[in-house]
Amino acid sequence: MHIIENGNVAAALGVRLCHANVIAAYPITPQTPLTEKLSEYVESGEMKAEYIPVESEHSALAVCIAASSAGARSFTATSANGLLYMHEQVQWAAGARLPIVMCVVNRAVGAPWNVWNDQQDSISQRDTGWIQMYCSDHQQIIDSVIKAYWLAEKVSIPIMVCYDGYILSHTYMPFDVPDQEKVDAFLPPFRSDYALNTEDPANLNTVTLPDVRMDVQGELAHGYMEIRYLLQEEMRKTLTVALEAEKRFADIFGRGNDPYIEPYRCDDADYVAVGLGSITYQLRVSVDALRKEGIKVGVMGVRYYRPFPDEAIANALKGKKGVIVFEKALSYGYEGALVSDLKSALYEHLVGTGTLPMVQSFIAGIGGRDIRTEDLTQTLRAATKSRVAKEPVWIGLKL
Amino acid sequence: MQAKTNILSLPIEEFVHPGTRACTGCGLAIAYRVGLKALGKETILVVPPSCLTVLQGLFPIASTKLPCLNVTFASTAAAASGILAALKVQGKDNIKVAAWAGDGGTSDIGLQALSGAAERGENFIYLCYDNEGYMNTGVQRSGTTPIGAITANTPFKGKLQQKKDVPAIMAAHNLSYVAACSAAYPLDLFDKIKKCIDMPGTKYFHIHIPCPPGWGYDPRYGIKIGRLAVETGYYDLYEIVNGEFKLTAASEKLVEKRKLVPVREYFRAQTRFKILTDAQIEEIQKQINAKWERYYKKGE
Repeated sequence: MHIIENGNVAAALGVRLCHANVIAAYPITPQTPLTEKLSEYVESGEMKAEYIPVESEHSALAVCIAASSAGARSFTATSANGLLYMHEQVQWAAGARLPIVMCVVNRAVGAPWNVWNDQQDSISQRDTGWIQMYCSDHQQIIDSVIKAYWLAEKVSIPIMVCYDGYILSHTYMPFDVPDQEKVDAFLPPFRSDYALNTEDPANLNTVTLPDVRMDVQGELAHGYMEIRYLLQEEMRKTLTVALEAEKRFADIFGRGNDPYIEPYRCDDADYVAVGLGSITYQLRVSVDALRKEGIKVGVMGVRYYRPFPDEAIANALKGKKGVIVFEKALSYGYEGALVSDLKSALYEHLVGTGTLPMVQSFIAGIGGRDIRTEDLTQTLRAATKSRVAKEPVWIGLKL
Repeated sequence: MQAKTNILSLPIEEFVHPGTRACTGCGLAIAYRVGLKALGKETILVVPPSCLTVLQGLFPIASTKLPCLNVTFASTAAAASGILAALKVQGKDNIKVAAWAGDGGTSDIGLQALSGAAERGENFIYLCYDNEGYMNTGVQRSGTTPIGAITANTPFKGKLQQKKDVPAIMAAHNLSYVAACSAAYPLDLFDKIKKCIDMPGTKYFHIHIPCPPGWGYDPRYGIKIGRLAVETGYYDLYEIVNGEFKLTAASEKLVEKRKLVPVREYFRAQTRFKILTDAQIEEIQKQINAKWERYYKKGE
């Protein structure tokens, strides 16, 4: 069924369709309409779930961690400082290998206080062991939530579904709400093989030594390092499982594409703009404008940021004259995290082949600074002519 | 009133394997062992980092026979809420949830989550085992370290502030049940858990736990010291049932006896109080006497 709604409602509908049955949340702008909607579904009986209005984000993820450990499909959502306040729990959920899905409605982090959009919040959680998906429109939000539950439960790794605050969370757009029967066919009921239970008691997340250790039967159990290695290995394997998720989704819902990247007019392009989330759709307008001027440019959205689809990205950018990365976050003291990762992928796969493109980096929309399409167009135009600067250039800076 | 459990009627079934990693003479080992007997097999435990994490053992061997979720320091009560929600949506209403956290994990870093869970009326038992300091990290002061106690980060002057009254804070949440217990009176703990297990909402237990390395006494005197705390009227055993305060067990008997052991005996039995002067002890004795005068009046 096609409806016109905002991005937060798209996320809430996705969570409802997936029958998440434990939801915990603490209010933070711009996440609030999403969790308010879920509380409405639960209180009205439209959704059979426990909604726990916790006293902090730290506790919100604690509830999800515990509920997931005890056999429930759990959900939370947050933004900005809420996500930062969760940070310890974010790491914990990944270490404990729990298939939690969390929406991150991207917002700038303090200080100073700022409630508008950028992506510093989720990017700062890059190294926590969570899968990160970035959405560019409302259809991707609802579809990503559904895919995320399937994938998270398949690989036992939690997933952040990230989408830009206000730009997606509060704007209205038409999108298709999948039929419940189709979602039920796509997503099997939650099962947790190692759930806490009194018949087969287990002590979960106990102190684990640096080295392997024998259990009472004389069998060797993993040390901390083995457990962490497996998280890395299985996270990398998730790239393959994501393909399976995408195919399954396409078979059932009749839509789907490359799970890793979303290229637009890239095939014959000399230059490709790269970004995460809604900015890549805005860049399409610039690409169309520049194409009319005869500049062969395309744009590519990166949809999975972790695990990083390095090979897919390198293949898509192989032989291009230039790659122009636009980011709403920064690793202070160097450059944007995405451009660093992208250059590393290009080097890994293309070095010595003579197909390495030149890479330029731009920072835009920090703290919700308006990103004007004509500025993007002008930046792209300039970047195709010559290298603008070695350091990342901040678009629209007024110093 | 239910019959009082004695050492012969205490259930034989053990939920803690012998050979835990607790220190010799650890008061927690007693309270935990007896507490789990009262909670029974159909219980899921939640434990934040604390002495209990050590007591439970190192992966892949655990000394506890009940399912247990180890959680982050500040999230104990929130995690208990999550388990409860998961049990509820799965229709497993017969299973109880019990959180065991230390005094730092309760009175300091875990207080916000605990207050939140209590305010929401989450139906679980929270047991704070109070050894009066961050003993697991090497005896630093906590919110419940008493005034005058030397710790690793109050090394010369001792703690200058009063002990935080956590049961009173929890009672202010209008809980169905709040209890103050001691590892030196394990059967009282057992009976209190049994009494409240089916009461609604959050039930809060505060358990005084003598700690040989943290308090500075020969491990064999743990029970003696725990009892001295009660017999001197320094630490009281009580319960607050739906807002009604009542001294229990040995503390209740002190009202009849109207005779407290001088608190000096409690302080002088531990090295942590060695800097307390006679005048300071006299001052504390006066406070204890005043508190007990109020108890005596209430009892009349």
